[in-house]
Amino acid sequence: MVEKTFHITSSDGVHARPATVLVQNAGKYESDINLHYKEKSVNLKSIMGIMSLGIPSGADVKITAEGSDEQEAIDHLATTLKNEGLGE
Amino acid sequence: MTQLQGIAASSGIAIAKVYRLEAPDLSYSKTDVDQPEQEVKRLHDALDISKNELEKIKAHTKNSLGDEHAEIFSAHLLVLSDPELIKPIEDKIKTDNVNAEAALDETANMFIDMFKGMDNEYMRERAADIQDVTKRVMAHLLNVTFPDPALINEEVVIVADDLTPSDTAQLNKQYVKGFTTDIGGRTSHSAIMARSLEIPAVVGTKDITSRAEKDVMIIVDGINGDVIVDPSAEEIRRYEQKQADFEEKKKEWAKLKDDPTKTADGEHVELAANIGTPEDVAGVLNNGGEGVGLYRTEFLYMGKNQLPTEEEQFDAYSSVLKQMGDKPVVVRTLDIGGDKELDYLDLPKEMNPFLGYRAIRLCLERDDIFRVQLRALLRASVHGNLKIMFPMIATLDEFRQAKAMLEEEKQKLIEEGQDVAESLEVGMMVEIPATAVIARQFAKEVDFFSIGTNDLIQYTMAADRMNERVSYLYQPYNPAILGLINNVIEAAHAEGKWAGMCGEMAGDEIAIPILLGLGLDEFSMSATSILPARTQLKELSKQELAGFKDEILSMGTSEEVVAFVKEKTNQT
Repeated sequence: MVEKTFHITSSDGVHARPATVLVQNAGKYESDINLHYKEKSVNLKSIMGIMSLGIPSGADVKITAEGSDEQEAIDHLATTLKNEGLGE
Repeated sequence: MTQLQGIAASSGIAIAKVYRLEAPDLSYSKTDVDQPEQEVKRLHDALDISKNELEKIKAHTKNSLGDEHAEIFSAHLLVLSDPELIKPIEDKIKTDNVNAEAALDETANMFIDMFKGMDNEYMRERAADIQDVTKRVMAHLLNVTFPDPALINEEVVIVADDLTPSDTAQLNKQYVKGFTTDIGGRTSHSAIMARSLEIPAVVGTKDITSRAEKDVMIIVDGINGDVIVDPSAEEIRRYEQKQADFEEKKKEWAKLKDDPTKTADGEHVELAANIGTPEDVAGVLNNGGEGVGLYRTEFLYMGKNQLPTEEEQFDAYSSVLKQMGDKPVVVRTLDIGGDKELDYLDLPKEMNPFLGYRAIRLCLERDDIFRVQLRALLRASVHGNLKIMFPMIATLDEFRQAKAMLEEEKQKLIEEGQDVAESLEVGMMVEIPATAVIARQFAKEVDFFSIGTNDLIQYTMAADRMNERVSYLYQPYNPAILGLINNVIEAAHAEGKWAGMCGEMAGDEIAIPILLGLGLDEFSMSATSILPARTQLKELSKQELAGFKDEILSMGTSEEVVAFVKEKTNQT
C-alpha cells in the first residue's frame, strides 16, 4: 500500500469540478483508492463519497492506494490535485 | 381549436405537433423476487441505457452551449458509476430479494436524505442531482419514456410548465420548431435562451399544459404571442403564409448583414447586441452586430457554488473580445444582489431589493470580489476593443471610487509585468434618474453613457416591473423618460462623449425613430433585433426626426407620443 498526504490550498476546498476530475482519474485504476479526512475515509472512486466529506480549504487529507497499479495511481492523483489547483 | 395569449419571447412561427415535456409516472410496486440475479441484470441494463443517454446529452450540450454547461452531466455520469451507490442497491436486491425498482428507490432516497440534511446549500443541491439521475434509471426499469429534449428526432413544438436551463440547452433546432410554457416572462431564462437559439417561443400562457394533448397540432406565434391548439386547416394555411412572409422578411434582413447601419440621410449609428456568455457571440456576428453593447457578466457568477476565478473570467472575456475582433465590446461589471441572488455570498434578504444593496454598491464594499473581475478584464483588454462600464451608479463619488480601483489594479498589473491595453474607455450605466438629471456633471468624468431603460423606467415611474398590477406604468415613451434620455444624450455630446442604450427599448420600432431624433449614438439589443432595426433605420431621416424633438418632449402622455411617431413614420 502507498499513501501520500496533501494540503488543500484551493480557497473553496474540494468542490464539484475538481472532485469530478479526481473521481474520473481514480476510476482508471484497478487499485482500491481511499481518501482520508479527519477520522473518515471514503472510496475515491465515489463522487458521492467525496462530496459528502465537504473538505474545506486548509484541510490535510491523505490518499491511500492498494493494488497492482498503486504507485501509478497515486502519482497520477497527485498531479491531478496540483493541476486542478486543489493543493499539493 | 383553442387559442391562448402569452408573451412573445422569441420571434417566428412554429407549426408542429405537441411534445409534452413533463415528469413521467414513476410509481412502482415493491415485489419479492426469486431470481435476484435477473434483477441485478435489469438494474445494470437500465444503468447502461441511462449512461448512454447522458453521454449523448453531454455531447449535445457541449456542442450547443460549450464545455462549462456540459460539466454537470459529467457529474451525473459519475453518480451512475458510483460504487457507493450501485453496490448497496445490488446488495439490497440480493439480501432482501426485492425488485430492482424498490432497491434503487430506497437506496437513492437514503443518499438524497443524507445530502438534504447537510448544512451546506451546495450539498443540498446535490440531492437534486441524485434525484435527477435516479429518476432516469427508474424510468428505464419501468419502461416508461423519460422525456429528453436532446433525443427528439421528429419535428415538434415543446409544451411545458417551464423549461430549465438544462432543458433549453438540449434543444435541437433541427427538430424543435418552437416552445411554449405556462410560466415565464420576456426576460426569463428560457426566453433569453430561445432568442439566442432563434427558436420561436411564447411563454407565460398560464395553462398551456392543461390545454395541449400529446401529438395534436399546435401553432406558436412568437411575433404576436398567440398559441393555437388543434387549429383548423384554414388556420394552418393562414399561419403557413405568415411563416413564409416572416422567412421572406428575414431573407431581406439578412442582405443587410454586412452593411453598415445608415439612415436615409446617410447618418451612421451603431447597432450592437446584448450578450450573456461567450457562446452568444456567434449569434451577434450572424445577425450583423457592429459591436457588443452590453455583456452581462452575471452568468459567470450564477448557477454555481463559488465565485468564478480570475482565470475563468479572463478566459470568458478574452474569448468574447477575440471573437469580436476590433469591434467594440462593452462589459458591464458585476450586477448582482437585490433580486439576483448568489447563494454562496449569503446576502441578507431585503424589503426592497431593487432599491437595496446591489451592483456597484455591493462591489465597492466587497472589493475582494470586484478587484478580481477588474484584473481579469484588464488582462483581457489586450485581446480586442474593450470598454468597461459600472452598473447602478447613483453618485459621482461611486463612479470615482470604482474608477480608482480600476486604475489601482491596472498599475499593479503593469508592475507585475502583465500586458494591459494602453487606453480603455470607462463609462457608466444610466439607470438611476439622479444621474440622468445631472448627466452634465457626470459627462465630464465618464467616457460614455449607456442607458439601461428597464431600470430607468422602473425607478422614474416608481413601479416594480415584476408587479403585474402596476405594469401599466412601464411606459418607455412617457415624455418623462424621453426627457431624461435626452438630457443624457445632450450632456454626452456637449463633452464630446457618446451615449448608447442597452435596454429592450433600443430595439423597439416605435422607440428607434425617437431615439434617432434625440441623437443616440449606439443601440444595443437582442441579436435577432439588429437586422430588423437596420432595415427600419434605412428608411428614417435623422435630420427630419431631430426636428420633432421639442414637439415630442413637450407632449403630456405616452399615447400622444406613440400616435405622433406612428403618423410620422407611417407605422400602423
